[in-house]
Amino acid sequence: MEPKLSDYKTEVHNDWCPGCGDFGIVSAIQMALTEMKIPRHKAAIFSGIGCSGKTSHFINVFGIHTLHGRVLTFAQGAKLANPEMTIIVAGGDGDGLGIGAGHFVAAGRRNVDMTYIIFNNAVYGLTKGQASPTLQLGLKTKSLPQPNVNQSVNPIGLAIASGFTFVGRGYSYDVRQLKDLIIAAVKHKGLAFLDVLQPCPAYNDINTRDWFAGLGNIDQTTRKSQPRIYKLEDIGYDPVVHYGSEEEVNEKLTQALIKANEWDAKIPTGIFYQNELIAPYEQRIADRIPNYLENPPADQPISSGGKPITDISKILDSLEV
Amino acid sequence: MQSTDITWVIGGPQGSGVETAANIFAGACAGMGLKIFGKREFYSNIKGEHSYFAVRVSDKKIRSNINNITMLVAFDAETLFRHADDVYPDGAIVYDSELVQIKADEVSTLDEEYKSRLTKLLFSKNKELTVQGMIDLCKDKGVQLYAVSFKGILANLSEETQNPKIKTMFRMLNVIAVSVSLGLLGLPPATLLKSVESVFSTKPQIAEVNKQAANHSYNFATVKFPKFKYTLPVITKEPNTILVQGYQATGIGKIACGCRFQSYYPITPASDESVFLESNEVFEVTNNRPGSTIVVQTEDEISAIGMVIGASLTGARSATSTSGPGFSLMAESLGWAGINEVPIVVTLYQRSGPSTGLPTRHGQDDLMFAIHAGHGDFPRIVYASGDIEESFYDTGKCFNFAEIFQMPVIHMMDKFIASTVATCKRFDPNLITIDRGKLLEKIEGDDYKRFAFTEDGISPRSRLGLENGIFWNTGDESDERGHISEDPVNRVQKMDKRASKLNLVLKTIPKEDQVVSYGVSELCVVSWGSNKGPILDALEMLKKEGLEVGFIQIKLLQPFPTDHVKSLLKGVKTIIDIEANQSAQLGSLLNEHLDKKVDYYILKYTGRPMTCTEIYDSLKKILENKAEKRQVLTFGA
Repeated sequence: MEPKLSDYKTEVHNDWCPGCGDFGIVSAIQMALTEMKIPRHKAAIFSGIGCSGKTSHFINVFGIHTLHGRVLTFAQGAKLANPEMTIIVAGGDGDGLGIGAGHFVAAGRRNVDMTYIIFNNAVYGLTKGQASPTLQLGLKTKSLPQPNVNQSVNPIGLAIASGFTFVGRGYSYDVRQLKDLIIAAVKHKGLAFLDVLQPCPAYNDINTRDWFAGLGNIDQTTRKSQPRIYKLEDIGYDPVVHYGSEEEVNEKLTQALIKANEWDAKIPTGIFYQNELIAPYEQRIADRIPNYLENPPADQPISSGGKPITDISKILDSLEV
Repeated sequence: MQSTDITWVIGGPQGSGVETAANIFAGACAGMGLKIFGKREFYSNIKGEHSYFAVRVSDKKIRSNINNITMLVAFDAETLFRHADDVYPDGAIVYDSELVQIKADEVSTLDEEYKSRLTKLLFSKNKELTVQGMIDLCKDKGVQLYAVSFKGILANLSEETQNPKIKTMFRMLNVIAVSVSLGLLGLPPATLLKSVESVFSTKPQIAEVNKQAANHSYNFATVKFPKFKYTLPVITKEPNTILVQGYQATGIGKIACGCRFQSYYPITPASDESVFLESNEVFEVTNNRPGSTIVVQTEDEISAIGMVIGASLTGARSATSTSGPGFSLMAESLGWAGINEVPIVVTLYQRSGPSTGLPTRHGQDDLMFAIHAGHGDFPRIVYASGDIEESFYDTGKCFNFAEIFQMPVIHMMDKFIASTVATCKRFDPNLITIDRGKLLEKIEGDDYKRFAFTEDGISPRSRLGLENGIFWNTGDESDERGHISEDPVNRVQKMDKRASKLNLVLKTIPKEDQVVSYGVSELCVVSWGSNKGPILDALEMLKKEGLEVGFIQIKLLQPFPTDHVKSLLKGVKTIIDIEANQSAQLGSLLNEHLDKKVDYYILKYTGRPMTCTEIYDSLKKILENKAEKRQVLTFGA
């Protein structure tokens, strides 16, 4: 039977604020799963802590709502033990780039085949609007007693520097584009990162939906406000590493970093960088353990009639006196 | 025939091959059918600081070290300064004759604290503060001295083999020293050469030159000196004997009982186990494809336990191995595994804390921490192994406990076990049972509830990827499906459901797996973990004098088997708590749970494991009514 969009929705009451950008992300994930026809039991959403953490409860596949900052660790363990699963990780900006930044970098180095979506709204919503790692220096969102005293981290730049092999950005009010990005990210062989700009109507009164749509962004010649968001594909940008020569890789990484630095007047969305020539972690294991992908930890029989079936005699022989 | 009980100690700077020499010695002795119990002591250092290996050899079962040394082998000055005074008056020292002029002040790795104690000792005996002074001190006691120029042996060998390179191969001083000592102890040369070959088995060229050196040094010793008064007998080798290092036992146990995922962050003394697992990542499986363990080195211990939980959710038996500092970082995730009823095993190789503490030294400081780690109330099992052999079988049990009761299991190990090398009976995988509890293979229908309320408090367990088995987990309190619930009634039901499993643990785990009784008498030792070996050896020493002391070893420490321990200690008049920490952590559990109090404490927290000699001495004091309530043991360099 063809899966329907409704199959991927749970009955759980969604308690996000009216107008929250997170709704668009959940819809896009559900639409992507439907379109890819991924059987529900073959997919899992791992989420962190914060408003975004609740995502896993709204999608009708396995849902693992983990700890603040630690979601990537749980997800990688699951994927490596059962590589057949499609795993999508959902976390906040504070979750992934503040408390969990070490795991972010380490995950990039591993390149496990899964998708990591950061819900980026520059504030800690669930704790009443403190500055998150992506809030720009000097901005004073509405519940901050003083303007933000830290510089912001650049999620796209950090992902590229850490070794993510697919790096993209979506906007939660462009659900169709976001769905396509999620599909591309899931299909990518390796660790895919999506930075999703997601206005927080409760606490971020600067980077609002209107702001992204062009509020205050006046074109000097036409005197009209210009939308800040644009799509990389519309300017003929090619993010893909096709051959893997050092020169090509450098060129693709550099152009991605340049695009990662665009902000304010022009904010690029789409795929910044993609390199499938770097082997995913699973492949690196399979190079050592030939039957790993057909016989991963989750599928290995370990006993028969309550007795172990693993042969340890060779190891014991080597210890015999 | 007189029984053999020889303690052989070799010391030297870290990185100079002390461990290799000890392995050659242990391998050779074990090859002759003798029993081995050896321990390695080393600094948190890569090269230069003092390390030593104390190997006890006997024809009877031994489970611990003793204080005194039968033969000390030294190819550096520090070994003599630190250990020579421990040599029995009728013992022997084999040492490099070129060292004698060295002053204690010239040994930069001798710390001021030790030097001041050494100065006092030598001063009191009117000896100079040099290696010669130390040697003279031993000579006065009657110790047999074998001064050997190890470099001279190297030069002779170089001449004999017409290989000028050998003259400067100082890396081989360790092999020369051990071979001289084995010559004096009368071990057959073929056994020595076989052991050298086996230790260097991966490097055939190096093995060859070391065999030459071993043979030459052995002959040198037998020609130059008469045999030492104690010699090593050849006895009948018991079949199915293995020589094994502590960390290998939990590793082999994990492979045997089906642990298929292990993540870890490097830490002493736990990471040896993970490295061992990775070295043996592929293995044969009866009637199936080859199996494998995926070993992942993570960015920190937080990630290590996170990955273990994720892997366990797929149904794979999963574990991590760590020590105190790493376990501290795991506390939050442990609670997540608790509230979500995820079976995980944390193998906790304790060392001396707090903080970095004595990072390469022994301690049992983390019992209370293991029982309480993590915020909030959630059930967990804390289970402690007493020695290498136990830890193999206990590893299998811990995975069963985790899956049957669906909770985290902390398997308490320690540095003493990790760096002990001992002969033991070949592990028998057929004695392991695998019980996966309520893990489901198949689910029908669409109303699966991961946390369904059941009579025994344990819900049938699905796993990621299982059709019709979709579930949710959350660190929040949740309903039966696993969705967030802040309902007060549900909260009480869920808390009680999880907590009720602790009673089930006590009811289900066989009594003999909870507490091991070695006989109870009016005076009874209560202890846990690796103190078992030195306690049993000490009790045997007392028994020879007709003195009866009982001993119970508590293995299940959380939930605490109160009723069982109470009934075992029913007739006991005097309870003696023995453990390797400062605050008597087991003692406080006993005082909390029992209706009698601990009468005596024997504690050690120098970072060095207890010897049977120390325990014997302290129990003797108690028996003679001369003991303080609290005795603190301090032996060992």
